[in-house]
Amino acid sequence: MSGTFVGMPAFPVAAREAVHDATLRGNLRHATHTIRAKRARAVGELSDWARLREAGRRIKDHTLRHLDRYLVQLEESVTAAGGTVHWAADAAEANRIVTALVKATGESEVVKVKSMATQEIGLNEALEAEGVRAYETDLAELIVQLGKDRPSHILVPAIHRNRGEIRDVFVREMGAWGRPAPEGLTDAPAELAEAARLHLREKFLRAKVGVCGANFMVAETGTLVVVESEGNGRMCLTLPETLIAVAGIEKVVPSWRDLEVFLQTLPRSSTAERMNPYTSTWTGTADEDGPRAFHLVLLDNGRTDALADRVGRQALRCIRCSACLNVCPVYERAGGHAYGSVYPGPIGAVLSPQLRGTASEIDASLPYASSLCGACYEVCPVAIDIPEVLVHLRERVAQGGPAVREGNRVVLRPARGHAAERAAMRAAGWVFARPRALRAGQRLASRTRRLHPRTLPGPGRAWSGARDLPAVPVEPFRDWWQRTRGGKDGGR
Amino acid sequence: MRVALFLTCVNDTLYPDTGRAVVALLSRLGVDVDFPMGQTCCGQAHYNTGYRHEAEPLARHFADVFRGYDAIVTPSGSCGAMVRELYPRMGERARAEGRGDSLAAALAPVVHRTYELTEFLVDVLGVTDVGACYPHRVTYHPTCHGLRGLGLGDRPRRLLEAVRGLELVELPGADECCGFGGTFALKNAEVSAAMGADKVRNAESTGAEVLCAADNSCLMHIGGTMSRLRTGMRPVHIAEILASTQEEAAA
Repeated sequence: MSGTFVGMPAFPVAAREAVHDATLRGNLRHATHTIRAKRARAVGELSDWARLREAGRRIKDHTLRHLDRYLVQLEESVTAAGGTVHWAADAAEANRIVTALVKATGESEVVKVKSMATQEIGLNEALEAEGVRAYETDLAELIVQLGKDRPSHILVPAIHRNRGEIRDVFVREMGAWGRPAPEGLTDAPAELAEAARLHLREKFLRAKVGVCGANFMVAETGTLVVVESEGNGRMCLTLPETLIAVAGIEKVVPSWRDLEVFLQTLPRSSTAERMNPYTSTWTGTADEDGPRAFHLVLLDNGRTDALADRVGRQALRCIRCSACLNVCPVYERAGGHAYGSVYPGPIGAVLSPQLRGTASEIDASLPYASSLCGACYEVCPVAIDIPEVLVHLRERVAQGGPAVREGNRVVLRPARGHAAERAAMRAAGWVFARPRALRAGQRLASRTRRLHPRTLPGPGRAWSGARDLPAVPVEPFRDWWQRTRGGKDGGR
Repeated sequence: MRVALFLTCVNDTLYPDTGRAVVALLSRLGVDVDFPMGQTCCGQAHYNTGYRHEAEPLARHFADVFRGYDAIVTPSGSCGAMVRELYPRMGERARAEGRGDSLAAALAPVVHRTYELTEFLVDVLGVTDVGACYPHRVTYHPTCHGLRGLGLGDRPRRLLEAVRGLELVELPGADECCGFGGTFALKNAEVSAAMGADKVRNAESTGAEVLCAADNSCLMHIGGTMSRLRTGMRPVHIAEILASTQEEAAA
């Protein structure tokens, strides 16, 4: 499996493999059901959960509405505290900035805190191309990196791997990256964790440059917040001499008071913990303590385009908890890789087509990767109505229309491959506007019922490949109604 | 009270028994129900597949046909949710596109008068014991739009629990989607089928003869999967259970 998502096929094609992979299905089913139940318990403990959720939604909406103001305030605060702020319009610019900053230190390796933003821009690959090695220090990210794999979950990127597979990756790959796995390593969780700890410790102690993301950035003080549960983040944030953070512009919150809400909702939604184990906050640089140089790269990469969309912008509220992935029945069967992005699951299906546009096959197929069951919306701690955004994006794919791409207003053309569907929808619309035509069609179906096959050829196999067709009744309801209670209604 | 049956195009065409059951049930409860012949489709499939503009004339047609009734009753959670949740949203969207209030105004009268069948029974008629008899082992699948869209809650369960002879057994993973999802069943056939197979396996594990739900679209998918997997279980709409009486059950 390659390390990038470039050139991914459409979702249904990519999902097919996962659906038929029994090991993967088992791994995903076990993991998602476990965390699902734990989350429900953790959330159920709070009597004011609905109000916290609403507060989180409002804080994010307010911040997004005044994002220009808060970002400038953040830049001023970070600068005043001794940090340097860089602005990156897209992934390439962010990668150039980070690479140049690392090279300026003269170092050729960096340690990384788990970060979605750096995954999104493909930073590790960009650094590699310039001769800089990036070491992932989050356990699951380490597993993915060692296995030359791709992340398949926002919070637990190696969720598609079981213990035995992880052991094999450690034994096979650790030696090439540093300290090898201990002799006779088994798949016991404690042994695996200890192997990772030993392997990573030498990286922490040696590294001069750390790279991280941010869960939140507080505008009023210029404080960055990283929420993690292994302690590796704390190591990377405090030991290196230079710290470089890459964060999406939507991660800003106005004040410390706002953090209070999210530090309750995020841990319960993501890891089902009442309180997050390692919450690191830092403000610029401090003499004789922590990194001597701090850089913050503020990343747009499609976010402003999403912000311009009345319906779609709510996806920018996301705090990356992954509760929506854990309850999603489609994610559970298709796995994270099928979504062709570092953002899989329901939130990925609404984020990727907004951040990247709907031009590629995978991005045009993501809005359809949902049965619209609504479980994601129900658990979202910032109340993103994911089904609403999915349907909105389906409209964009099927019908085109106005959108903002790279800061410019454009009118998108309908995606290819929807002509037959469009014709069918129009034909159905024509029939449904004419009750008599509908009735004629129903009668035709009823009269020919004995000729109907049990399975369908061609595109119809999408239905009858796994499901029998319903039998068409002798007469539609409206004929029965008219026959038995006829004339009563006056034909309205 | 003028009560209209909004049967839905799927039920009208493929599941007339459900329509007859609703009429029998409501008549037994003293409700004179009308079936406006002009009714066709609420536009849900168009809307959810990304054809909102094509759904608008269907919504207007719906409002035209059902205007003037005090209650519009439908045996479909998803079509009920379409009218109640998504018609107002269509109106808002049209307004945001600079097309004024005309759509919102046209749809408004029908939105709050539309009830899913179990809501109408429990909330409007105030009954949970509808005098039904159905001597079978039944498991209940709450469909997504009924459960999370309309918030039907325990209404269907309360109605089923009051049915004489009916043994209600818990469905494991009940609140998980069956995998139908309208055009999802075709566009993502493999994932949809996998979800359906899991739902059917869970249903089988209960030992029930019947899987009951309040939406025939989901039952078409679940039932089609049941018969393909040769389970011997059958899908039955809740209206047909609630309409069953002693005489029929004995026969």
